[in-house]
Amino acid sequence: MQEECLLTMRGIEKRFPGVLALNGVDFSLRKGEIHALMGENGAGKSTLIKVLTGVYQMDGGEIRLDGESIVIRSPEDAQNKGISTVYQEITLCPNLTVSENMFIGRKSGFVIRHKDREKRADEILERLGIPARSTQLLGNCSLAVQQMVAIARAVDMQCKVLILDEPTSSLDDNEVQMLFKLMRDLRAQGVGIIFVTHFLEQVYEVSDRITVLRNGELVGEYLTEELPQVQLVSKMIGKELEELSNLGDGDEEKIMEREVFYEAKGLSSSEAMPFDFSIRKGEVNGFTGLLGSGRSESVRAIFGADKVNGGTVTVKGEPVKITRPVDAMRHGIGYLAEDRKRDGIIADLSVRENIILALQVMNGLFKPISRSESEAFADEYIKALNIKTASRETPVGSLSGGNQQKVILARWLLTHPDYLILDEPTRGIDVGTKLEIQKLVRKLSEEGMSVTFISSEVEEMLRTCSRLIVMRDRHIVGELTGKDLNQTQVMKTIAGGEA
Amino acid sequence: MMKKLFKRKEPLTDTQLLMTITIGIFCIMYLLAMILLGGGFLRPQQIFDMLNDNASLIIVSCGLTIVMIGGGIDISVGAVTSLVVMSCAIYLNKGGNIFLSILLAVGIGLAFGLVQGFLISYLEIQPFIVTLAGMFFARGMTTILSVDPQKVTHKGFLQLHNNKEIKIRWLGHRVPNGNVIPAEMEIGVIIALSIVILVFLLLKYGRLGRNFYAMGGNQQSALMLGINVKKTRFLSYVICGLLSGISGYVFLMHTAAGNATNAAGMEMNAIASSIIGGTLLTGGVGNVIGTFFGTLSLTTIKKIVVSSGLNDPWWQSITTGGMLCFFILLQSVVLGRRSKKKET
Repeated sequence: MQEECLLTMRGIEKRFPGVLALNGVDFSLRKGEIHALMGENGAGKSTLIKVLTGVYQMDGGEIRLDGESIVIRSPEDAQNKGISTVYQEITLCPNLTVSENMFIGRKSGFVIRHKDREKRADEILERLGIPARSTQLLGNCSLAVQQMVAIARAVDMQCKVLILDEPTSSLDDNEVQMLFKLMRDLRAQGVGIIFVTHFLEQVYEVSDRITVLRNGELVGEYLTEELPQVQLVSKMIGKELEELSNLGDGDEEKIMEREVFYEAKGLSSSEAMPFDFSIRKGEVNGFTGLLGSGRSESVRAIFGADKVNGGTVTVKGEPVKITRPVDAMRHGIGYLAEDRKRDGIIADLSVRENIILALQVMNGLFKPISRSESEAFADEYIKALNIKTASRETPVGSLSGGNQQKVILARWLLTHPDYLILDEPTRGIDVGTKLEIQKLVRKLSEEGMSVTFISSEVEEMLRTCSRLIVMRDRHIVGELTGKDLNQTQVMKTIAGGEA
Repeated sequence: MMKKLFKRKEPLTDTQLLMTITIGIFCIMYLLAMILLGGGFLRPQQIFDMLNDNASLIIVSCGLTIVMIGGGIDISVGAVTSLVVMSCAIYLNKGGNIFLSILLAVGIGLAFGLVQGFLISYLEIQPFIVTLAGMFFARGMTTILSVDPQKVTHKGFLQLHNNKEIKIRWLGHRVPNGNVIPAEMEIGVIIALSIVILVFLLLKYGRLGRNFYAMGGNQQSALMLGINVKKTRFLSYVICGLLSGISGYVFLMHTAAGNATNAAGMEMNAIASSIIGGTLLTGGVGNVIGTFFGTLSLTTIKKIVVSSGLNDPWWQSITTGGMLCFFILLQSVVLGRRSKKKET
């Protein structure tokens, strides 16, 4: 067993300030296998990959390649040792030809013989069955072919270990099949492939072995055929079974009788597949599914944050058009974005300014909110949400993550929305604040606000929502209410019907 | 060239497409001028005049094209040219040696390229800011050297200056009394054309040249592909500075006088030439042959304006501006249609 191992990583540790990102993780890759690396957000997959590709230096542990202990200093060093990575975003130059992309940056003379290179590139492309011509401009190739060219470059650089980081997330089904064929061919040639993806079905289709990480620790290594999909999901999510408090049945029936606040039929956007969705007044529902299953994309479509392509939307029974965030806000919909650094807070502005931002947008530029008014609003919400800040004029950037999140929450509450979408509101914040936010959501719904809640933690969703919409691979695959609202059922639905 | 274009299996790249458009428009413009205005445009000398007057602009534009392909900008080129002209004029008037004056020109250009390239590449300061500072610095230095025009009196240099033309008899024209006045081309034009060809070869077949394109196309990717981006960017500014130095010397050979206002606005004309020639300000796309025809187009339109009797200088500026606008619009329309076609 040990002899055939191409790459072994033993007891890998990586520490970031305050966090142990990898805690003694083992990983081994055999010659000629496709090995899926699985785990939810924060599980440590990308950290492990970055250690292996030399982006990060490990704090402890050992890496052996072909039985020899190695130290990887930089991405370039990793490439020279035969470890190549193809990233999700294509790191090639679209303005150059295919053959140039395969050879540029590698050792060569000062004068380039295009003809020789093109000939050699064509040979490699043909051998690997990649449908591209060497003289073609890379930018004219489909994304899948571009990805394959990146792989061809790696193969020509004599790589032993090929890391594919989320290679399929922007490909359609046909392109995925093309990529898989190439992966199988390379496996037959003895290359060890590490395949990182969020798509469960693809893992089962193409991989031989699965390693699961959770919270920076190794959960285990399994043969793909011996690990049913449900078990994989439960291993990824983890079973931290606590006493689950749901909304009572009685409550729920009452909710089902209330009027529908928002309804979408066949709504689709540039990022989301068409889906149907509705929410009643005072209801708390949630989208669940693994990362990349399309939950955020769906709620972004509801809010008009991405380009909306089609579908009909009614708010309080009236047909409306929501194509921009400001439309959604005018109809009483608020959205708390997933990535608060990018979409949410403006770090240099003060707490007060961040809080009044959405209200100001709603009012329009010509109806400014007076200073005294805005100070009153800020004080009110700092108190109501228990935001820990030195003063209302402190820049938001200096607050802790949980408190930043509360500032954004305050921003939306100030606009008195009828319907609030919370996308991962509890990510990266401490447990105490998490509970506060969960309680707040329940309280708001009792006051008649509709809330859609998204979280990577199933347990949190179960505690907060009365209806769960389950997504897998960008489609809604189930809706759970009442008795079905339990962890086992959620996992079964995420993993697919078979179990 | 055309034959090769038609035979290609691959669709034209953006670079080739934009260059073809420029060459096409230049030919149409020149033909129209020949038909409608006649006169000077019917004589080959017209083209040689355009080249003689603009040899240094062509050289500077080549350097700028390299920088722009790499995704940068250098607005100090005109001022550096001017500084070189003035320095060499003064040096020669003090009884300097011609060979050393050439070294001086190249040295000043290189010095600017090295310093600016270092600041931009290794200290990662915005190229616009760095070269703006370089521009002010060079302009200031020129004025410090001499506020008054410096006419070169160096005998050897004047001999070079006066005998600089290469006479081409068969391209000359016959005057009414039966004599043939030969077409005349300056040595500077030969230098400029050689530089165009050298830069073309560098960009097409040189490892460095291809790295410029990769860097301009996507800097992050270039880095991941193993290109030393900092060094590549540094070299692009060094070459540009070097060419500014050479351009200054060619300028002096043409005028034989240094003047504080020499080459005023040349950097903007060079940027315009590059853009008209199909170089994108965003980097990664461009071709020095296109730039060459860009300069010619720019000059032709100015000549047309003058020949049409609109002699005031602002008419030239207005038409230059209009033409630049037209080309940029055309480029974005053509490239926009292309990417749309690709999506469907």
